[in-house]
Amino acid sequence: MSNRFYTKKVIEHFKNPHNLGELENPDGIGRVGNLQCGDVMHIYIQVEKDKKGKEIIKNIKFKAFGCVAALSTSSVVTDLAKGKTLDKALQINKENIIKALGGLPLIKIHCSVLAIDALSEAIYDYLKKNKRKIPERLKTNHKRIQKELKILEKRYADLK
Amino acid sequence: MNNKKFMAKKRIYLDYAATTPVDPRAIKAMLPFFNEKFGNTMSLHSFGQEAKLALEKSREQIADLIKAKANEIIFTSSATESNNLALKGIAFASRKKGNHIIISLIEHPCIMETAKWLEKNGFEISRLSIDKYGLVDPEEVKKLIKKETILVSVMHANNEIGTIEPIEKIGAICKKQGVYFHTDATQTFGKIPIDVNKINADLLSASSHKLYGPKGVGCLFIREGVKITPLLHGGGHESGLRGATVNVSGIVGFAKAVELAKKEMKKESKQLAKLRDKLIKGISENIRDSQFNGHPEKRLPNNINFSFSFAEGESLVIQLDLLGIAVSTGSACSSDKLLPSHVLSAIKLKPYQIHGSLRFSLGKWTKEADVDYVLKVLPNIVEKLREISPYKK
Repeated sequence: MSNRFYTKKVIEHFKNPHNLGELENPDGIGRVGNLQCGDVMHIYIQVEKDKKGKEIIKNIKFKAFGCVAALSTSSVVTDLAKGKTLDKALQINKENIIKALGGLPLIKIHCSVLAIDALSEAIYDYLKKNKRKIPERLKTNHKRIQKELKILEKRYADLK
Repeated sequence: MNNKKFMAKKRIYLDYAATTPVDPRAIKAMLPFFNEKFGNTMSLHSFGQEAKLALEKSREQIADLIKAKANEIIFTSSATESNNLALKGIAFASRKKGNHIIISLIEHPCIMETAKWLEKNGFEISRLSIDKYGLVDPEEVKKLIKKETILVSVMHANNEIGTIEPIEKIGAICKKQGVYFHTDATQTFGKIPIDVNKINADLLSASSHKLYGPKGVGCLFIREGVKITPLLHGGGHESGLRGATVNVSGIVGFAKAVELAKKEMKKESKQLAKLRDKLIKGISENIRDSQFNGHPEKRLPNNINFSFSFAEGESLVIQLDLLGIAVSTGSACSSDKLLPSHVLSAIKLKPYQIHGSLRFSLGKWTKEADVDYVLKVLPNIVEKLREISPYKK
């Protein structure tokens, strides 16, 4: 866990990331960036009601400009969130991701946090667009994430 | 990577600037010194004498490569130790004269960190700026030297972008001003010709494992008459400048590697420059938005550095590794401190260019087919990573 090397699972996800790409008309988009390392992640979600009338993440895709860990954690978080209700999806934590990957080097733990942030931002975006009540925790996270993203996007300004 | 499952069958090593395999001829020269001529160089008996003899012969061979005298070479454990000894050793020995040291912004971390430590301990450090190619301006050295200046340290060639610094001019300025001049020649020793008199060096650091010698051995050239304080106090080894039982086998391997370099350097650098230029040309022509880093001419014969916007460096390294190609990157993602390369930052690359940087460094066993293979697979790898980037153009 503490070494610099990646597990087989990480490399498998890196080689063939799941849910890669964009959704044509997403119901929510989460854009995040890590100020320190400079990685950027976008998550797109499509929300539908299930048989019980609960909103679930029907489809989910991601794009990333980042390292092996950034790509594999995004891949895993999309796997974990797909088919889950919004509430359940918001409960995914970094330990779930690390476990699914069979471990992450200590210095790469922040990548799993980035993936969770991207997912929670996508859900925030969906709730906001649909004028729904947004949990306090999501609001606080949103403020922090947007502040960081703004600084990072300035750095990458001429890429857009 | 630690997964055998993902280890490619084909293995192409293009990271010779990180370390090199030991030349089999150097290994052969070393072997008797493990269990046959294993004596301690400080012992009076014949076991000690034969070790001492090998040590002094090695010293002569290494001194000869850079036109130095044998007694001007001190063996150390690494270039890091040599650089520590040069900076701290001069700083402590010249404290009465002054406390000002000049380095450049793109020195190896072992110089950067040593200078930072000296700064905390009462020394003043000036850091020379560099241009977009990574070149130091000797005129700035002239301007920065003052009464308190005791040492100028500028690397011979940069390990990341391969730029060769104008050390002959810097050395001449230092000589004129009566300031010691040190150069870290880790990347050039045995690769391009060095004459310590021509470059007016008072101190010069080198490492064995960068030129097909074993790891764990380095040396510091200290010009006769230069006053320096040792880091390791002990039993009087290395003229009292480095206490510690001498690593004879390693030093013999180092000397053999130097002897081979002297003979083969010219031919090897010509061959490497040819392959280097082929790789540079191929990448520039076949991968869009690729930015060549470093100086186009004043450059190590074996170094290639590029930035690929919108493709992250660590991902590039691992994708290449999965195909058996070993290279390195200056991306923050690959650093233990999550910091982008200070060299690429100093040449003012954009953050996303540093994030997508790759260094290829060639060596004597690099074949043209290896370069062709890289040129075959790299465009797809870069394109694939750009494809998944949200910034794709």
